[in-house]
Amino acid sequence: MAIQNAGEETLEADHSLIEGDGGLGEDQDSEAFGASQWQLMWWKFRKHKVAMAAGLVIVSLYMIAVFCEFLAPYALDHREVEYAFAPPQRLRFFSDEGIHIIPFVYGYKGIRHPETLRKFYIEDKSKKYTLRFFVRSEPYYFWGLFKSDLHLLGVDSGGSLFLLGTDHLGRDLLSRIIYGSRISLTIGLVGVALSFVFGLVIGVVSGYYGGWIDNVIQRGIEILRSFPSIPLWMALAASLPSSWSPLQVYMGITVVLSFIGWTGLARQVRGKILSLREEDFATAALLSGASRWRIMTRHLLPSFMSHIIVSITLAVPGMILGETSLSFLGLGLRPPVTSWGVLLKEAQNVQAVAFQPWLLTPVVFVIITVMAFNFVGDGLRDAADPYSR
Amino acid sequence: MLSLIVKRLLWMFPTMIFISFISFTLIQLPPGDYLTSYIAALGETGETVDEAQAAALRARYNLDQPFMVQYWRWLTGMFKGDLGMSFEWNRPVTELIGERLFLTSIISIATLLVTWALAIPIGIYSAVKQYSLPDYCFTFLGFIGLATPNFLLALVFMYIGYSVFGVSAGGLFSPMYQSADWSFGKFVDLMAHLWIPVIVIGTSGTAGLIRVMRANLLDELRKQYVMTARAKGVQYWRLLIRYPVRVALNPLVSTVGWVLPGIVSGATITSVVLGLPTTGPLLLRALMNQDMYLAGSMVMMLSLLTLIGTLLSDILLLWLDPRIRYEERD
Repeated sequence: MAIQNAGEETLEADHSLIEGDGGLGEDQDSEAFGASQWQLMWWKFRKHKVAMAAGLVIVSLYMIAVFCEFLAPYALDHREVEYAFAPPQRLRFFSDEGIHIIPFVYGYKGIRHPETLRKFYIEDKSKKYTLRFFVRSEPYYFWGLFKSDLHLLGVDSGGSLFLLGTDHLGRDLLSRIIYGSRISLTIGLVGVALSFVFGLVIGVVSGYYGGWIDNVIQRGIEILRSFPSIPLWMALAASLPSSWSPLQVYMGITVVLSFIGWTGLARQVRGKILSLREEDFATAALLSGASRWRIMTRHLLPSFMSHIIVSITLAVPGMILGETSLSFLGLGLRPPVTSWGVLLKEAQNVQAVAFQPWLLTPVVFVIITVMAFNFVGDGLRDAADPYSR
Repeated sequence: MLSLIVKRLLWMFPTMIFISFISFTLIQLPPGDYLTSYIAALGETGETVDEAQAAALRARYNLDQPFMVQYWRWLTGMFKGDLGMSFEWNRPVTELIGERLFLTSIISIATLLVTWALAIPIGIYSAVKQYSLPDYCFTFLGFIGLATPNFLLALVFMYIGYSVFGVSAGGLFSPMYQSADWSFGKFVDLMAHLWIPVIVIGTSGTAGLIRVMRANLLDELRKQYVMTARAKGVQYWRLLIRYPVRVALNPLVSTVGWVLPGIVSGATITSVVLGLPTTGPLLLRALMNQDMYLAGSMVMMLSLLTLIGTLLSDILLLWLDPRIRYEERD
């Protein structure tokens, strides 16, 4: 996509010189003559420090999702029944023996409260487990393909490492959050990809053909948009049969989430095509004998691609929140599939919140993800039009 | 203007018929019907329903009829003001929705007012004092507010309410006023409980609105008419309120229509967490139990209110900003 019609680019770069330097420094002016639209965008985006940082956050989150088997201390369903609802273990650097460069955790001892019979845990100072890196413990299949037993973090056998606490079955919450990122982070992408395809195709058809086809499509979109999104999602999600396999439910939910997303995109695409085809460069191309298809794909599409990318970046957090909300309500993904929303379902009642507040930690990840996407989207929006100030 | 309104109203009619069909299809999508899940639930408690009984029940509720017949009965009933019976509650749908609608609208309207009362001044301040410390703070808070799912805020409030005040934050009334008649005491009690849902539901809206308000006002402030007016000696604040702010209010007005459907969907998730007696949880239950007339009617109402709300917004916009025209382009 980076390779563009060279003539058109030079023309636009000239234009930017007349209008002002487009936010680029003096030294970049000479480069700006030959720079592609995407290069100009990148230069401008790079200046947006917050957006760059947020971009790094997103990349690392997706790295976590990719390498979750290796990064998680335990497997998804590893249970330690005697440690149900154990609070997060604190990493300690100081002990009676002085300062430790590599932190350690104390073992837990479970005790029943004599009156309420509620189990609580105290640190057993006699048991000390040093944090170990690249430990070999539980075997797993990386991406379901390669067998391995290497984990980034761990403690010696006999000890336990619950940095974020455990749930009602004694499963390590940190590991479950790491595994959940794979589902939660991809569902937004797949959903956005689906609505991108629908939106682009339908929007192009609508703007390209115009006339009654355009009319029918626009009325259809208006009707779809007149359903409020959360109830529509709920109704659609409730209609997924409960007999479906986890994979089918996953695909179903992405389709449900993209059901509304594409309408906004289709409208934007149509609006852009309608206005751009009146532009001088489109007329010039037409006069030079270019076919309508060529004008559409070579001249119009690249001109609004950047806007489309911005709007899909801003659509991802909405979908991630949508999945989290639906799963939280019990309408989305269901166990054994683990997403952040599924994890949060455990924290649904006031008892859980009062006695096991650490069950809320998946929310921190949701917020970080959504904020990072918003910041990147914001930066991209500013950068999308490299000729504006 | 009048012809526009009439045209839009006429358009609404076929749209609603179409929406009613989609709603009904949507509700019918899950395999089985209410009786299937009802019988399954009875089976779990040990009771059994034999085939003949089930068939009789099906016939009584018209569930044995083909899809189009059921749809037609529901549609024609709607014109007579009859939305059908709720299977689960065994009561007319209109009654069920009606009794929850009042509290839901109180919450929605209170939320809207609080949102505006906070977002408009903060938005104006952020734009006028761009890149000041408070502006950065509001921007940062705004981003967090946008990224935080409502239900999480509800959970956090419940946690704070429990650990600090030792009370549960759920519900809209104290137990003593739960089923009491309306009185001054009950009103005060409602106000004491109302602020939690209002804050929870209003946060993301407020955050979003501040961003929009700030961005729009910044665009306006750069325009030449502002400088001209300043050069002519118009007082700054007077100028600000009279012209740029008025233009910047456009997006507020164009979304005011969304309040209406919000009254029915009533921030469903928050209501579920906080246990509010609003329409949202009713819709959720109806959807999950395949209580099709209740769910279908509520989805219908949501869409109708969205259409009316959008129309109202458009009319308001025309009135607020004379530059806007809705005429069809040739």
